[in-house]
Amino acid sequence: MCKSDQPTTSITSTDAELATAMCQDPTRRALILTALATGACLASSRSSIAEEDAPGSNERPQKADVLVFAEGDRAGEVIKPQDLKAGGPPVRAWPKDPNTSVIRKGSRLNEVLVVKLDPAELDEDTRSRAAGGVVAYSAICVHTGCPITAWVKAASSDKDVFKCVCHNSEFDPRQSAQVVFGPAPRRLPALPLVADDGPLTVAAAFVGKVGATQSR
Amino acid sequence: MTLKQWLLSGLLASTFLVPIAAAGPIENYSPVTPERLKNPEPGNWMHYRRTYDGQGYSTLDQINTSNVKNLVPVWTFSTGVVEGHQAPPIINNGVMFVSTPEGQVIALNAKTGDEYWRYKRQLPEDLFQLHPTNRGVGLWQDKLYLATTDDHLVALDAKTGKVVWDTKVEDYKKGQYLTLMPLVVDGKVIVGGSGGEFGIRGYIVAYDANTGKELWRTFTIPGPGEFGHDTWSGDDWKTGGAPAWMTGTYDMDTRTIYWGTGNAAPWPGETHPGDNLYSTSVLALDPESGKIKSYFQYHQNDSWDWDEVDAPMLIDLQRDGRTIKSLVHPGRNAIFWVLERKPEGIKYVAGWPYVYTDVWKSIDPNGRPIADPAHKPGIGKRVEFCPSLWGGKDWPSAAYSQNTKLVYVPANENFCGGFTGEKLPLVPGKLWLGTKPEDIGLTPRPGATHFGELQAWDPATGKKVWSHNFPKSQLFGSVTATAGDLIFVGGTNDRMFRAFHAKTGELLWEQKTNSGIVGMPIAYEVDGTQYIAVQSGWGVDAQRIQDALVGKVPGLENNVPQGGVVWVFAVKK
Repeated sequence: MCKSDQPTTSITSTDAELATAMCQDPTRRALILTALATGACLASSRSSIAEEDAPGSNERPQKADVLVFAEGDRAGEVIKPQDLKAGGPPVRAWPKDPNTSVIRKGSRLNEVLVVKLDPAELDEDTRSRAAGGVVAYSAICVHTGCPITAWVKAASSDKDVFKCVCHNSEFDPRQSAQVVFGPAPRRLPALPLVADDGPLTVAAAFVGKVGATQSR
Repeated sequence: MTLKQWLLSGLLASTFLVPIAAAGPIENYSPVTPERLKNPEPGNWMHYRRTYDGQGYSTLDQINTSNVKNLVPVWTFSTGVVEGHQAPPIINNGVMFVSTPEGQVIALNAKTGDEYWRYKRQLPEDLFQLHPTNRGVGLWQDKLYLATTDDHLVALDAKTGKVVWDTKVEDYKKGQYLTLMPLVVDGKVIVGGSGGEFGIRGYIVAYDANTGKELWRTFTIPGPGEFGHDTWSGDDWKTGGAPAWMTGTYDMDTRTIYWGTGNAAPWPGETHPGDNLYSTSVLALDPESGKIKSYFQYHQNDSWDWDEVDAPMLIDLQRDGRTIKSLVHPGRNAIFWVLERKPEGIKYVAGWPYVYTDVWKSIDPNGRPIADPAHKPGIGKRVEFCPSLWGGKDWPSAAYSQNTKLVYVPANENFCGGFTGEKLPLVPGKLWLGTKPEDIGLTPRPGATHFGELQAWDPATGKKVWSHNFPKSQLFGSVTATAGDLIFVGGTNDRMFRAFHAKTGELLWEQKTNSGIVGMPIAYEVDGTQYIAVQSGWGVDAQRIQDALVGKVPGLENNVPQGGVVWVFAVKK
C-alpha cells in the first residue's frame, strides 16, 4: 500500500491497518495516510520524541507493569497505594515495564488516572479491578480524545468525578467510569490493578478500547 | 383499471420520472475558474461567505418577505457524525459539498439530495480534538480542499472524491490543527493554523492548488529582526499563540487578503508582557508573497481569550459625506469596528460597544482601546469581566445586506466570565491556558432579560436599527442575508432555524430541526428554483456555553441533541 502510485480515497480500516503493518509504526498513521496519497513511503524512521524509540514505549500497559508518576516532583517514581490521598484528587501515571525499565509514554493513549476511593463506594466490577480502593482509568476522553484533567463535583450529584474540560463529559470512577454527564459515548477503559504491599501493578490490559472512536 | 393497464401506466410514468442518481462520479462538473471565484453566479455559494468580500449576502430574491412563510423542507441528509456542524454547504452549479466534523466531505446533488460520493478521513487514534469541527471546503478548477483536525490539507477530485494530494501543514502532536475553510485565490490554497490554547506560534500558509507545494508561510508573530518583534518579551514570541483559524477575506482591486488573528497565549496578559503583535489583529497580506502590508490590532496584550479571527467584511460605506472602503468587524472584544482600507494601510474610523462590557474605558484616536485594570485577568487573582470569554460575538459570522445597508450581528449580551491566572510551564501538545480549565466561569449578569441578540446595525451612523432578543438562549450561529430582505440564522438551544425581516426584525418563519444549528445558512438556485440550506448539528462552543449555563438560568433548555443533518428548504408550490 505504501508504494502505491494510485491516489487512494475512502481508506478502509483494513487498508490503514495493512499500511500500518507494512510501515511498522502504529503511531504514524497520519503520515502514512500522506504516504498513501502521495505515493511515497516514509523513508525516515526518526522520531521527534525520544521515548518513542525505546522498545515498548508505545505499547499499551501490560500485566505486571508498574505505575509511575507522570508529572510533578516525583515524576518517574513508582506509585504505592500509600502515596495517594483517599478521596482524591487523582494522579496522572504512566505504566512502566519493570523488566526493561521503559516508561510507556511514547503514546498519549497510555496515560492513566489513578485515584484512591473508599472501597465501600465502589460497585462490584470496579472493586474487582481495584487494589484496595485504588482504581485506574485511561486519561484520554473517549469523546474526542482530550485529556481528562479535572476532579470536580458532578453536575448532578455532590460526588467528585473525573471531568474532561474540553466538552464537559463526566465519568464516575466508582461505577466503572460510567458517563454521568456530557457527550462521551461510553465508559473510560479501566486498567485493573493489584498491589501486594508494593507498588501499584497492572493486573490486566485495558478493559475496552482507549481513545476516541471515529464514527463510520 | 385492470392489472395490465396498471402495469402499463406504471411503466409509462416511470419513463417520465427523473432517474434516481446512483452514487458515483459527477458528470459535467463546472470547473471553478478565477473569474468565477471573483464574480460568482447568484445561484452559487463557492466562498465561505459567498463572495470574497465576506458579506454573507445572496442576491437571490425568489424567496422573500412575502412568501417565506411557505418555506418547507424539500430534502434532508444525515451526516452520520456528532459534534459541531459549522460549515456552509458549498454550491457549484447544482452540486453541494458538505463538510462535517471528523474530516468528512459529502458530495450531493443539490436539487435531489442524492449522494455522489463521500470522503472520510481516518484520524489518528491519539488525536486530541479540542474543537472537533470543520468550516467548509474551498474550490479551484476540478478540485476541492479540506483542512483537517490532524493538521493536513487534502485536495480531492471534485468529481470522484479521490485524494489528489495530501500535505502535512504542521504536527498535530504539538497541538496544531485546522478547522477553517481554505481561501482560494488565483491558484493558491491558503489556510491558517489553530492552537491558541496549546502555545503554538500562529501562521498563515499558501499552497499551490495543483501540486500541494508550499509557496509561502507567514507567521502571525514576528521573529527576531522583524517589525513588531519588540512587542514581545524574551522568548514569549515562540509560544505566543495568535492563531489564524478562520478564512480570510480578499480585496480583488488591491490584491490584498485580510486575515484575522486570535488570542495571545497563554491567556493572562501578565504572562506575555507587551502589545503582542500580531495577536488579536487583522493582517493585510499580499497573496503572491504572504508579505504583511499592513495591520490593525483590535486590542493589545490580550488577556481574555478574545480571538479576533473572524475576518472583516469589505463594505463600501457612505459615512461622513464620503465613500469609505471600509473593513467592518463586530469584535469578540465587544467593540463594533469600522476601519478604512487606505493605500498607506488600515486606519481606524470608529468603534463602539455593541454589547455590555466593563473592560474598556475608552478608545483613543488611533483606535487603541484602554482597558480597566480591574477587569483584566492577571496572575494569582480571580478577575471577572464582561462579556465572557466567548465575547460579544465569537467566530460565527455577521452579514451585510447590500439592500438595507445594515450589518446583522449574532451577538451575546449579558454574559460575563472570569478566571484566575497562573503561570504554568508549556508541555507541547497539552492545553496551556494559563488557568485551570475548570476555573473558567460563565455568569449571566444580574437581572439579565435575555442572552442571544440578533442585532441590525447601520455601520454608517453607528445606530442600532433593531434587535431580536432570545430570553432563554445564547445565539451561536452565523447569519446570512438575502436580497429577498431575509436574515437567516439558527444558533439557539431550541433547535430552531429562523428567518427575520431584514428591515424590521420581525420574525417571519421558523422551523424546529433535529439538533441545534451552529452552521452557516446559505442560499442557492438550481434550475430556476431558489433554496435555503443549513446544517443542523450542535456542539463545540455552543454546547460549552450551554453546559456552563445549566443550573444558573431557570428554565434553560439543557438537552440539545447532537447529530448532523443537512436541511434544504424551498417555497411550497
